[in-house]
Amino acid sequence: MSETAEATAVVKEPREPLFSSKNKRLLSDPMNDDNPITIQVLGICSALAITVQVKQAVVMSLSVLVVMIGANLIVSLLRNLIPSRVRIIVQLVIVAALVILVDQVLKAYMYEVSKQLSVFVGLIITNCIIMGRLEAFALNNKPWPSFLDAVGNAAGYGWILIAVAVVRELFGSGKLYGFQVIPDAFYDFGYFNNGLMILPPMALITVGIIIWIQRSKNTKLIEEN
Amino acid sequence: MSNPIHKFLENTIKPNFDEGGKLEKFLPAYDALETFLFVPGHTTSGKGSHIRDGIDMKRTMIMVVLAMVPALLFGMWNTGFQHFLASGMEATFMETFLYGALKVLPLVVVSYAAGLGVEFVFAIINKHQVAEGFLVSGMLIPLCLPVEIPLWMVAAATIFAVVIGKEVFGGTGMNILNVALTARAFLFFAYPTWMSGDKVWIGGGMDETVAYADGSTGATLLAQATEKSSGFVDAAGVAYTDSFMSSFLGMIPGSIGETSTLAIMIGAAILLITGIASWKIMFSGILGAYVMGMLFNLWGANPFMEVPAHMHLVIGGFAFGIVFMATDPVSAAQTSTGKYVYGFLIGFLGIMIRVFNPAYPEGIMLAILFMNVMAPLIDHYVIEANIKRRQKRTMAVAA
Repeated sequence: MSETAEATAVVKEPREPLFSSKNKRLLSDPMNDDNPITIQVLGICSALAITVQVKQAVVMSLSVLVVMIGANLIVSLLRNLIPSRVRIIVQLVIVAALVILVDQVLKAYMYEVSKQLSVFVGLIITNCIIMGRLEAFALNNKPWPSFLDAVGNAAGYGWILIAVAVVRELFGSGKLYGFQVIPDAFYDFGYFNNGLMILPPMALITVGIIIWIQRSKNTKLIEEN
Repeated sequence: MSNPIHKFLENTIKPNFDEGGKLEKFLPAYDALETFLFVPGHTTSGKGSHIRDGIDMKRTMIMVVLAMVPALLFGMWNTGFQHFLASGMEATFMETFLYGALKVLPLVVVSYAAGLGVEFVFAIINKHQVAEGFLVSGMLIPLCLPVEIPLWMVAAATIFAVVIGKEVFGGTGMNILNVALTARAFLFFAYPTWMSGDKVWIGGGMDETVAYADGSTGATLLAQATEKSSGFVDAAGVAYTDSFMSSFLGMIPGSIGETSTLAIMIGAAILLITGIASWKIMFSGILGAYVMGMLFNLWGANPFMEVPAHMHLVIGGFAFGIVFMATDPVSAAQTSTGKYVYGFLIGFLGIMIRVFNPAYPEGIMLAILFMNVMAPLIDHYVIEANIKRRQKRTMAVAA
């Protein structure tokens, strides 16, 4: 890079404040307008598979958050070093290393949950949201915006996961985070847990309902046809 | 407008709901109730050239409901009959019927109240007329359920079916799946203990106080066939005609409206004479089931496969499903050839699921839902084939 070009770049870009409006949007957009699950429809398999209980969903969301922050940061730092021909494999190696770390931590400290999540922790490696953010964002942006982007997307993924899990655990087993919420009096009165909630189709329907509510509130998301 | 009630409605009540009136928002609700009572006053303007039929949607739907009345009445009587049979008591015809009516009517009321409530809410939100589709679904739902199902489950299932099965797709006429079967499938997967077994089918069966008379079992024939198939065939071997006749008449445990093939046939006759249901679907459906039954007879790997093909037509919900649900004009195939394929596959798959999968004795429900999803695909290929055929013809003429 020649000196003049560098100079102009510096002049053009005065130092951005850490939470400029652009950076804030990196955090807030994935929560709503650009949600990875409900708008981009990525990462659906894990959303269907591990939302039977809130605990699993929380642990899964946190795992994705950690992996995503790590991967986005590392890829962003290395973005000028990675040859673009082999970038996918480099990203995969980075993500896989982080996922294995998370998996080991879960196995060490939360063995039960890790057993329930089983293969889905490993499948974070192929989670389209992570690959998508690495490709679309971290490769072209500095570490700090990449970090915010990772937090925003992981949170957008996480809140949908947890919302679905709340509905499914509440109606499917009458519990939240493993604690019984629906009082015994209800059951004595003839209430029954809904077995359909435990089955994967109900996760799809719940996600669908969230998309429905989101689109009816946020009219700019409605496509014209 | 000679009728004084009609005059009162038009002149005193209606202005409140017209544009500018204080209850303007609720016009769809008012309109729905008024057209229940009177023929709507508004007609298509002279510009329209698309006369579809002399009877409007509401009359069509009422005809279907009327066609279900024999099955409903028989279901009421049979509920009482099964109750008194199981508890070993003697009862007169009226006692039997009244007992059943008291058991069945709440289900009907709850189903209509929940479903129409949802319809009204959506009509008001979307500012369209309350569509008539639910008149039929509201009657079908209780008829395809066991009598002992708790009322709140019926309400939950109805709301689920109307919202997820119909309103999200745009309301009546846009649904992919049959609404009543969606409700039944919801209950079947959500509350399996209330949708199968040997107690739910008998009036008062879930009540601990009813003492079963010796030797009586409340399980449906299908459940008996899957659970201990040998018993079914052995018992049937002794009195096969008996078992066929009692299944045909319907004095067996089962969902409220589906036990009596005879009552359903009366309904089918009404639907066919008025031209409301498609005879193609009914005919090919029965054919499909019969063919599958025959194939199983030839195979004969287990006792259930040896159940004669004609028995399959009278046990379980087959007749009810093929007459009232498969012929639902919205979710069925639309093309003429498509209807044959659609009906045939419903019968074929229904019996196949019934025999192959002991977990789902009521295969006909799943078969209809499955073919509902496939119906647009069938239509697509029928139309494509038609286009190709005609293209060939024009090419031949041109050449």
